[in-house]
Amino acid sequence: MRYVTELHRRFEGGGVSFIYISASASILALDEVSGGVLDDFESGADLEDWVAAGSGDEEFAERYEVFEGLVTQGLLKPEGEVAPVGEPLPPMPYPLSTLVLNVTNKCNLACTYCYEFGEDKLSQALKANGEKRRSRMTSETARSSIDFLFENSPGRDEVSLTFFGGETLLNFETIRDAVLYAEERAVECGKRLGFALTTNATLLEDEIIDFLVAHRFGVNVSIDGGAKDQDRHRNFHSGKGSYEEIAPRIRRLIAANRGKGPPIGARVTLTEGASSVRETYEHLVGELGFDQVGFAPVTSAPGREYALRDTSMDSLLEEFQVLTDDYVEAALKNEHHGFSNIEDLLRELHQGVNKAHPCGAGLGLLGVSTEGDLGLCHRFVESGEHEVGSVESGIDEEKRQQFLRDGHISTKPECQTCFARPHCSGGCYHEAQVRYGDASHANVHHCDWVRAWTDLGLAAYARIAVGNPAFLDRLDGEQGAPAGAVMEVEL
Amino acid sequence: MRHLRAINRKARWIEERSTHGDTSAKTMADIPFGCSTQLDPGWEVDSGGGTYGLCTPVERDLYDCYHSCYWPAQVPDALTNFPQWTSTCGAPVHDWSKIDLVFP
Repeated sequence: MRYVTELHRRFEGGGVSFIYISASASILALDEVSGGVLDDFESGADLEDWVAAGSGDEEFAERYEVFEGLVTQGLLKPEGEVAPVGEPLPPMPYPLSTLVLNVTNKCNLACTYCYEFGEDKLSQALKANGEKRRSRMTSETARSSIDFLFENSPGRDEVSLTFFGGETLLNFETIRDAVLYAEERAVECGKRLGFALTTNATLLEDEIIDFLVAHRFGVNVSIDGGAKDQDRHRNFHSGKGSYEEIAPRIRRLIAANRGKGPPIGARVTLTEGASSVRETYEHLVGELGFDQVGFAPVTSAPGREYALRDTSMDSLLEEFQVLTDDYVEAALKNEHHGFSNIEDLLRELHQGVNKAHPCGAGLGLLGVSTEGDLGLCHRFVESGEHEVGSVESGIDEEKRQQFLRDGHISTKPECQTCFARPHCSGGCYHEAQVRYGDASHANVHHCDWVRAWTDLGLAAYARIAVGNPAFLDRLDGEQGAPAGAVMEVEL
Repeated sequence: MRHLRAINRKARWIEERSTHGDTSAKTMADIPFGCSTQLDPGWEVDSGGGTYGLCTPVERDLYDCYHSCYWPAQVPDALTNFPQWTSTCGAPVHDWSKIDLVFP
């Protein structure tokens, strides 16, 4: 019988050869013997012939063991054997774990690239019946949303509530009421509860800071770097830059939170013409004191002035390489480094995450509009087409499940030949909607980049796996089987 | 296996099960919780639904220094002087504010 290899990537680091197997998301270390077996089968080989040719060899038993191991790990398959297709959906209705409340759709900044307000927004100003949408979520709607979350999360010990906007803090009153109510309900329901919030930091008054710290909020600040970068796009409606306004507030938040709440993160939107990633990182960590920094290219339809050009994406990769090298160096010494993009990737590679869907939208996560309508995620609320019920009437299961079926990895032809699919799975639905007008489309404009980034991550993984393997287990933080898997199929 | 070492958790898990005669494995089956990963921009929420996971929590970093370090560092050392320092801290992510100052 002829055996062929499934999708995989071979990579090296720290003087050792490795292989990443896309079918299982397993990572194996190879030596000369196992590398030789892999070479034999790389372009397909007949098993009987291979056995006949090698069986005189005294090491053959060991080589055969390698062959069997590669079959077990999903790399080698009899030619023509059809790959198993997983169930498109986990058992539904899938219990919620996170609800993202858009507490306001107003903002005191007017960032030119914003997907809520800019040229690429999906939200509709008017409802289907022609009425204007309410700009702020009332406490009643927030309370109904919280009840809805607790009712729709059977079997979960922990749920989380994330506040989003607009500028979230423009509606602090509702947030405060929602938090106190949710804490009461959590005790009644016997569940643990976490809070998170994204803000532009312009309204971080001391009273608000104290509240966020006291209730252990995970705070994510949208900020693009130093004054030059921040003020390029993140301006007030008057056109005035916001850096000067936010820097002292961020410092106060970080100082108040240190030693008390979860780490404070900066989320940088990368646009054309921005400073180097490392410079931005060093400013945010070194000057402002952030615990972590994550970077993401702006979501944009093609041709926008702020969209990253292909050449910028290439240099971005080089810059990510620099920060990744810093990260690996720190990891080898068991030190903290706050470059969260690489840390997320390394964690997923180490867990062997193999996603059926690119994210939790419509699964464990839903967004809620100011009026209580449910969207697939916070980026899709109020978009009409992607609404899936309301906190009052419940989830429109038919729509939700149709969306999840459409968004399953098996429906994306471009992903079937890509080694990076286990952790990418086609990418952000919202990005795809903006780019292609279809949320279930694979983000093919990012494919080359994602593959190059995955290669970079694999090389970093290899260096840490050789130099400080315990770091990876700590990064992962969990033991046992990979989390989140819902079904089993033969590899 | 001498010539083929399972490195990540998934590979170890598959290997472990296969030694018990179970060849089933999970493929393209994980259900993510938070936003999509890295280059895809939508990751305001981490895989657990909050923002803890968006970096290495400082809680974890703290233990790196505390447990393995005897050199005077920014945190007390567990090896010689302050073995009970974190005794009130069951789960660092939740309890780390219970850890108090020390006065050597």
